[in-house]
Amino acid sequence: MAFLDGHKKIETNATLLLALSLVVVTVGGIVEIAPLFYLDNTIEDVDGVRPYSPLELTGREIYIREGCYVCHSQMIRPMRDEVERYGHYSLAAESMYDHPFQWGSKRTGPDLARVGGRYSDEWHVDHMSDPQSVVPESVMPSYGYLADTVIEPGYVADLMSTHRIVGVPYTDEMIEQAAYDFVEQATDFGDDAVAERYPGAQVRDFDGNPAVTEMDAMIAYLQMLGTLVDFSTFTPDESR
Amino acid sequence: MLDYVKLLILGLVAVLAAIAASYARDMIYMIHMILVMVTAAGLFLWQLRRTDEPVPAEVLESEYMDGPVRVGVALTAFWGVVGFLVGVVIAFQLAFPELNFEWARGYLNFGRLRPLHTSAVIFAFGGTGLLASSFYVVQRTSAARLWGGGLAWFVLWGYQFFILLAASAYVLGGSTGREYAEPEWYIDLWLTVVWVAYLLLFVGTLLKRKEPHIYVANWFYLSFIVTVAMLHVVNNLAVPVSIFGSRSVSLMSGVQDAMTQWWYGHNAVGFFLTAGFLGMMYYFIPKQAERPVYSYKLSIIHFWALIFIYIWAGPHHLHYTALPDWASTLGMVFSVVLWMPSWGGMINGLMTLSGAWDKLRTDPILRMMVTSVAFYGMSTFEGPMMSIRAVNSLSHYTDWTIGHVHSGALGWNGMITFGMLYYLVPRLWNRQALYSLRLVSWHYWLATIGIVLYAASMWVTGIMEGLMWREVDAQGFLVNSFADTVAAKFPMYVVRGVGGTMFLGGALIMAYNLWMTVRKGVAKADAPVAAPAE
Repeated sequence: MAFLDGHKKIETNATLLLALSLVVVTVGGIVEIAPLFYLDNTIEDVDGVRPYSPLELTGREIYIREGCYVCHSQMIRPMRDEVERYGHYSLAAESMYDHPFQWGSKRTGPDLARVGGRYSDEWHVDHMSDPQSVVPESVMPSYGYLADTVIEPGYVADLMSTHRIVGVPYTDEMIEQAAYDFVEQATDFGDDAVAERYPGAQVRDFDGNPAVTEMDAMIAYLQMLGTLVDFSTFTPDESR
Repeated sequence: MLDYVKLLILGLVAVLAAIAASYARDMIYMIHMILVMVTAAGLFLWQLRRTDEPVPAEVLESEYMDGPVRVGVALTAFWGVVGFLVGVVIAFQLAFPELNFEWARGYLNFGRLRPLHTSAVIFAFGGTGLLASSFYVVQRTSAARLWGGGLAWFVLWGYQFFILLAASAYVLGGSTGREYAEPEWYIDLWLTVVWVAYLLLFVGTLLKRKEPHIYVANWFYLSFIVTVAMLHVVNNLAVPVSIFGSRSVSLMSGVQDAMTQWWYGHNAVGFFLTAGFLGMMYYFIPKQAERPVYSYKLSIIHFWALIFIYIWAGPHHLHYTALPDWASTLGMVFSVVLWMPSWGGMINGLMTLSGAWDKLRTDPILRMMVTSVAFYGMSTFEGPMMSIRAVNSLSHYTDWTIGHVHSGALGWNGMITFGMLYYLVPRLWNRQALYSLRLVSWHYWLATIGIVLYAASMWVTGIMEGLMWREVDAQGFLVNSFADTVAAKFPMYVVRGVGGTMFLGGALIMAYNLWMTVRKGVAKADAPVAAPAE
């Protein structure tokens, strides 16, 4: 076969072999990734989706730190049983501000894409402190230490500014008020500042401890997951 | 002159790391910067003592550079045992959650140990094995000494330093939250430096080869090195929150990020665990069987087909998600097509034994290598099957995926690496033979039975939980709660843990056998260290 003879040119020239290999492995990624930045159903805006509040974002950082994504997915597939069990299938827009995405790949535990509002704050505190006390079959580790780890706003404004660099529409006001909003959301001083800046944000003392703890942040994050889009008024795009 | 440049760089790094440590925003970053500072300072002193000293002996350009191979081989065995051990621990954590000790305050929880396990096995054990074997193979097949003087030492130890930083970060809670790409931004930057050096080292050695043709194993090694560089850089694009902190924010989000991550993730399998290890196969199987590679034409066709098609397979991890259907369909089609070039490699490996099949009865090392190729064939059939949308709707999110990964990782990557280690250790330390072939047989059977237990138990739990999740009664209600499915998996989780323990036991036997080969083995009479390549 002639083309096999031609291969002699490639396998006697290291530079050519390197260059051709690189060209060959580049094609697939370009074809599959590049269009996702332009297609309507991957960059659509859906009413209700907003950036995370400072406290929720901090909770999300803890979620990543603890490796929750290795056992919990955040991506509901449009199948009968999943919609029945977890709720409306996940939309692309719902993770548009997720840097990085946390769709997960494994359900050792259940999907969390719409866990917000499903359980009470007290249930979450009990569950994370001692999972087997509320779900005897559970194999989840305990995260009781979240409740006694007090946190401060610290560098949360910097974290939000960095998110703004990569495209999350945090306003100057949001970043300036980050430290206040962080404490306010877990304490509830009685003003509407957080709810105004972050529509739908839940403001209360999540863990029953007046100090702001990692548990507050974690529960604030879990309780907002999947709650931003109102599916009674949402009409899915035809192209999906 | 070069010595003074090195001293300057090391001194500068030590000082900058000290400054960074004192401004550190978080514990992980501070610990790492102190680690960098101590390492750089230590190397500075070591370099200082060598500078302006007479060079002990002329380096013979005609001699192979096997020092880094020896160290790499020892480290591969070490990381194997560590990686498998962490795997056994987390396997039992899933069966007995009380093994997530509360007193450890999260440091030893499953969520932090799993990235440690996957990285220890893939990148530490597999990666170091690839480095060491590629150093050995490229020299023998090019009849040339490694290019770049001490560059190979830099690549080897630089890579170990990367492993140290990544592993310590996982336990302390430093993760980017991207599977198989968990190390934070500065660790990624360091790996990039090391990897570019590796590419230069490899290409440099190929360029000064004395053989006219580049041997097929080196095509695979080369494509592995260059593709991993591309995947690593693109997937880890991120903006650090501060140059004095460990956290960063990934450049992409949502759908685009998911697609990029699985483009990376699947090709970590495709290029790290497949192309690289095929390079290993193409050298060590023909050598151990003392037969030439079965088909040259097949190797050309399956090489180019494999590297072209693999890169498309990523989106099969995202069936039925918010990723558009066309993308996941494309991923599925290419995954099924990929079956053929994958089996091209298997056929080429197995048929190399034509006329030497009888050796399987007497040579446990060859048996190990052939079994690894059989597992490669098995998992590269299972993979395309699982990428089919209808199958994936059942298998996705379940333990079936875990079983599939392990039949590939333990069976294919593990076994071929063990074969490589058994082949190399007597040769690198100039021993007549391995300490004990009987122990190799023990290792072989423990590992094989362990893998079978592992894969079979995960098929059972995976398919069972997939079916239980979707089961509805006559009224259309879900039959099982999620907790029911967790409870049902318990017996098989214990079986999986037992299988993993057997695999770990085999690796410990190997470590002992290799150690005794070096310690007690009888030296070969003639020492053909400077022998030219065949």
